Amino acid sequence: MKKNTRIQFLGFGFLYLSIILAVLTLGAIIYFITVNGIKVISWEFLTRVPRHAMTQGGIAPALVGTFYLTVGAILFALPMGLACAIYLTEYSPKSSIVNLLRMSINNLAGVPSVVFGLFGLTVFVKFCGFGVSILSGSLTLGIMILPGIISAAQEALIAVPQSLREASLALGATQWQTIRKIVLPSATPGILTGVILSVGRAAGETAPIMFTAATFYTRGFPHSVMDEVMALPYHIYALMTEGTFPERQTMIAYGCALLLLFLVLMVSGLAIYLRQKQRKYEFV
Amino acid sequence: MSSFEKVRIRAENVNFYYGSKQTLKDVSMSIFKNRVTAIIGPSGCGKSTFIRLLNRMNDLIPNTRVEGRILLDSENIYEPGVDVVALRRKVGMVFQKPNPFPKSIRDNLSFGLKVNGINDAEFIENTVRRSLEESALWEEVKDRLHESALKLSGGQQQRLCIARCLAVAPEVILFDEPCASLDPISTKRIEELIEQLKEHYTIVIVTHNMQQAARISDYTAFMYLGELIEFGTTEKIFTVPEDKRTEEYITGKFG
Repeated sequence: MKKNTRIQFLGFGFLYLSIILAVLTLGAIIYFITVNGIKVISWEFLTRVPRHAMTQGGIAPALVGTFYLTVGAILFALPMGLACAIYLTEYSPKSSIVNLLRMSINNLAGVPSVVFGLFGLTVFVKFCGFGVSILSGSLTLGIMILPGIISAAQEALIAVPQSLREASLALGATQWQTIRKIVLPSATPGILTGVILSVGRAAGETAPIMFTAATFYTRGFPHSVMDEVMALPYHIYALMTEGTFPERQTMIAYGCALLLLFLVLMVSGLAIYLRQKQRKYEFV
Repeated sequence: MSSFEKVRIRAENVNFYYGSKQTLKDVSMSIFKNRVTAIIGPSGCGKSTFIRLLNRMNDLIPNTRVEGRILLDSENIYEPGVDVVALRRKVGMVFQKPNPFPKSIRDNLSFGLKVNGINDAEFIENTVRRSLEESALWEEVKDRLHESALKLSGGQQQRLCIARCLAVAPEVILFDEPCASLDPISTKRIEELIEQLKEHYTIVIVTHNMQQAARISDYTAFMYLGELIEFGTTEKIFTVPEDKRTEEYITGKFG
């Protein structure tokens, strides 16, 4: 074998190995969570409230709580993030202030989630007086995923060919019409990808909701956005650190993890489905 | 010949700057009604920049500056307060690369009408048909108006873009190297189309293809390094050019 070919062989081998390893890791996570979690999953587990110090009954309130918190975070962060991204890519003048804005948003993405939790506690729970509630938690999670949504949306908008904007404007469309009818539809798949990633992050984070929304135990389901809720990631944390029946609790924790995984996959699946539908006209 | 022509657009002492770089230098010329005016010249001579000034497309590029006046029917389109949207409806444009929207063929054509507030379904349907017939695409696509425009071939896409432009009934059409990315057969069809269109429209076409300019235009402007070197009837430019640089360019000595 020639030297160049040998190097190429090694290079490809390394790439191949890396991807196998990555897929194996993912597979292993899904496998172990499923094997350990599936035992406790039952209709009762999904639909009932916890009993006997969380060792019996179900985890329905946590399931519902995580759903509300995630949806709330998206409802808050998507419109705002999209608006920011549209401003930054389509309208903003090229100035040092706008560059500073961009930089701030990028930095926001690097802030640890527990810091967002403390921020939420100070601002939403205390200052705004929302208390420990779905509202406070959703807003906190929303702020946490905001930078991700902004940059995903920005990338999606920038990827829309300038020639489409020109075509639209040349037909006598206003800039707003161009953005709404041409740019946004073309950018939707990319924006949805950002939403998918954000859903996963919002549903799975524990720290931001620890002080703002979550509680160890509720008797029933939340009645309004001002109620505190159970949430899956926080429930896992509680099961693993508190209580007096560690073995039974660990099993339930795995069940919760499996559900959380499933929930995130379902939301992602929905986003992927919407994205495919959107791509109907794009097959170049 | 030009003394009998009606001036549609008149550029007066136009300068254009990208940042501090001047790309158009004191360009003055007339575009005549219902004629095809070709702008030729080597790449980077400013011909595309010039044509994009006529519908204020260069407004989109940051850090640019225009000096001088461009009159459309004796009104300066660079006057503050000019309705740019209305201007672009009057002065349509077909671009170098076909740029259909990622929508159905029908939606591509109705877009220009809808954004201008026309929602009458029958009118839209008639316009779709008329503009496709005008751009010689109707027979090829009449049974698949609901299909994606991106399914069409490059040449068909460019004719669709012409149809899309015609649908909003402009008075002037700017072609910015419309055949640059097309094969010879598609190019021929577009050229035939342009010749038919001049009956109803005033046409400006930028091309790097001298034969094309000679074939389809009534007037030709030769630009070089941001300056308008020579302007005249196509016949004169290609047979007895006044400037030495024009002669060298059209005889293929440079470019």
